[in-house]
Amino acid sequence: MTAMTMIEAIRDAHMVAMESDDRVVVFGEDVGYFGGVFRCTQGLQERFGDHRCFDSPISEAGIVGAAVGMAAYGLRPCVEIQFADYVYPAYDQIVSEAARVRHRSAGDFSAPIVVRMPTGGGIFGGQTHSQSPEALFTHVSGLKTVVVSNPHDAKGLLIAAIEDDDPVVFLEPKRVYNGPFDGHHDRPIVPWSKHPLGDVPDGHYSIEIGKARVHREGSDLTVLAYGTLVHVAQAAAEEQGIDAEVIDLRTLVPLDVDAIVESVEKTGRCLVVHEATLTSGFGAELCAVVQERCLFHLEAPIRRVCGWDTPYPHAHEWSYFPGPDRVGRAMRELLST
Amino acid sequence: MTTDRDDTDQPLRLRIPEPARGQHAPDRVRYISAAGEMQKPALDEKVERVALMRKQLVRVLDDEGRAVGDWAPDISVDEKRRGLRNMMLVRSYDARLLRAHRQGKTSFYMQSLGEEAIACGQQQALLPGDMHFPTYRQQGLLISADYPLVTMMNQVLSNEHDPLHGRQLPVMYSSKAHGFFTISGNLATQYIQAVGWAMASALRGGTEIAAAWIGEGATAESDFHAALVFASTYQAPVILNIVNNHWAISTPEDFARGASATFADRGYGFSIPAIRVDGNDYLAVYAASQWAAERARKNLGPTLIEWITLRVGAHSTSDDPSVYRPPEETEQFPLGDPIQRLRQHLEFLDEWDEERHVALQAEVDTQVNEAFAEADSHGSVKTGDVGSARTMFDDVFAELPRHLREQRDRVEELS
Ligand SMILES: Cc1ncc(C[n+]2csc(CCOP(=O)(O)OP(=O)(O)O)c2C)c(N)n1
Ligand SMILES: [Mg+2]
Repeated sequence: MTAMTMIEAIRDAHMVAMESDDRVVVFGEDVGYFGGVFRCTQGLQERFGDHRCFDSPISEAGIVGAAVGMAAYGLRPCVEIQFADYVYPAYDQIVSEAARVRHRSAGDFSAPIVVRMPTGGGIFGGQTHSQSPEALFTHVSGLKTVVVSNPHDAKGLLIAAIEDDDPVVFLEPKRVYNGPFDGHHDRPIVPWSKHPLGDVPDGHYSIEIGKARVHREGSDLTVLAYGTLVHVAQAAAEEQGIDAEVIDLRTLVPLDVDAIVESVEKTGRCLVVHEATLTSGFGAELCAVVQERCLFHLEAPIRRVCGWDTPYPHAHEWSYFPGPDRVGRAMRELLST
Repeated sequence: MTTDRDDTDQPLRLRIPEPARGQHAPDRVRYISAAGEMQKPALDEKVERVALMRKQLVRVLDDEGRAVGDWAPDISVDEKRRGLRNMMLVRSYDARLLRAHRQGKTSFYMQSLGEEAIACGQQQALLPGDMHFPTYRQQGLLISADYPLVTMMNQVLSNEHDPLHGRQLPVMYSSKAHGFFTISGNLATQYIQAVGWAMASALRGGTEIAAAWIGEGATAESDFHAALVFASTYQAPVILNIVNNHWAISTPEDFARGASATFADRGYGFSIPAIRVDGNDYLAVYAASQWAAERARKNLGPTLIEWITLRVGAHSTSDDPSVYRPPEETEQFPLGDPIQRLRQHLEFLDEWDEERHVALQAEVDTQVNEAFAEADSHGSVKTGDVGSARTMFDDVFAELPRHLREQRDRVEELS
């Protein structure tokens, strides 16, 4: 075990995957010489040479399109989109191509690519450095979607994503790159070195895609969360003195339905949280799953705490962000119904 | 397919550009012409003939500060002094806001150090009613259009007086009245929009033209190519500006330019006249902008201009160029500093001197400092003086729908 930030864990996952499989190539804007604007690929070009890790032109469509072509040849590209907010030029390549190549060719071709991108807010990035577009991927058949919340999982899941035979969209909430941010933006930053999930196994290991993790055990209610909101939910539970069970979904597609059902049947109450806008967000899917499978165990209507249906603001970041106060309040309301 | 593969076939090898970086001194500007060397084509010159000049560089100011050649613009000394003042104002403005960032008063800033001539010079060549579709590095357009500095600063501070209500990242200004389309953080999206705006002007028999702006790095985006094909097909009245400051964050121009010699070359695949211009030569900027604007106004279609300049500072306040940038790059840059060069020209004309320059510097610094003091008195995003969170819900739609009204009520209940 080594104490790492999430950035270091992601870097380490690349190192391990590139070491064990020379078909793994890494590219994107500023990822080669510089090592990425968040430094997640730092040292890769130095170690593996510029034919394994290289800079790309500023063309997200080009990055993902080229990755699909390379994968068709037999490589395993793991590419970076500088911010999730800039993935839209690549959307056609992801949705119409990467996601469907296997199906439309009856398995003749496939697209085992990973498209990594920093996501989420909390850094005063305004509307173009803060978005959480996960639902735009989960709505597409043929894509796996992973959202990580800590260094330990980030390494294991990234290795699994690179080894996966299908395209994986890998979302990295940038606000937890350097510590388990719990939404208290006015308090000092807690580093990963002070958190058990900052301990990352050495060498090769992977975490199965499609498996959730119980982040905090509890019996009063279930919080379905992923990414930064896992830490927010934990803080809210502790501050409210509510014995909430916090599930870190980790993978949105395929979804760990068993973990959800088991927890909601136990607690009888369910809160769904995410940073992304409320309407048609992934939370709506979670509500549907809980309703379909656990209705007769529910003692109260399912509640959602999400980003508002506005573009992500700059000045009003903390009115927008679903922080521990809002989440805690929803927990209390859920328990009182 | 008739033959089998031969195992003596040569294995392929991928070319990855290897530009000068790190410790290597760069050889930054390809194809430099002497001042006055490149001739000025007629407005309606055939594109094939303009293409012959694609490796030349429009330059007016020589090393002594003389304005030479047929590109030397016919503008008054007062207009030149105004250009100098605008550039100095932009530089002083940038320096003040960079300091504001260091003082913890704003979340982010982007300066245009070393590139001031391009926005200031082009703005002087256009008319009120024309529309720019800028990137984040054209604050010179607003400043040269006399947009109030305090208002710009309020935007950067994201305070209650920010006309954009704290919605946008600092420097993402917007002002229709000043011919400045709202800036998007998403690169290249606006290039094609400028073409669309220009097409609309032509469709409706207007007289206004559009100016599209992009960095050399972002020309790799598909939207750039879409813009060129539309501009070419419809012969839209638009100036297609590419600011080649040689860097896209840590990535040198080589990754966007590919194997072509210059970015101006891009125009010729679409039969768009394209020229390269010394972007640190205010008079060349003015003259080339004026030429392109006149072509557009005379219904002669689009013009692409590659401006050669250097990003002297960091990409933004989030960037640390020491990791990737060769030392002494600025000192070795062959096109000098735009403010110094115009100053030298005015001095050569005997229309300027050290004393006046020092006085002007003091004047613009005072103007900037006074504006900043006023903006700062309204607080900033960092002091929490951001106005009501209610405003978040305005302008999502023309009219507030029910679900947003409910969410807005919820925000008020929570606060
Ligand atoms: C679609 C999109 N992709 C990536 C980015 C991130 N990004 C912001 S600025 C930048 C570099 C742009 O370089 P260039 O176009 O040369 O303009 P310059 O900054 O030099 O003015 C990048 C990659 C973005 N803003 N939008
Ligand atoms: Mg650039």
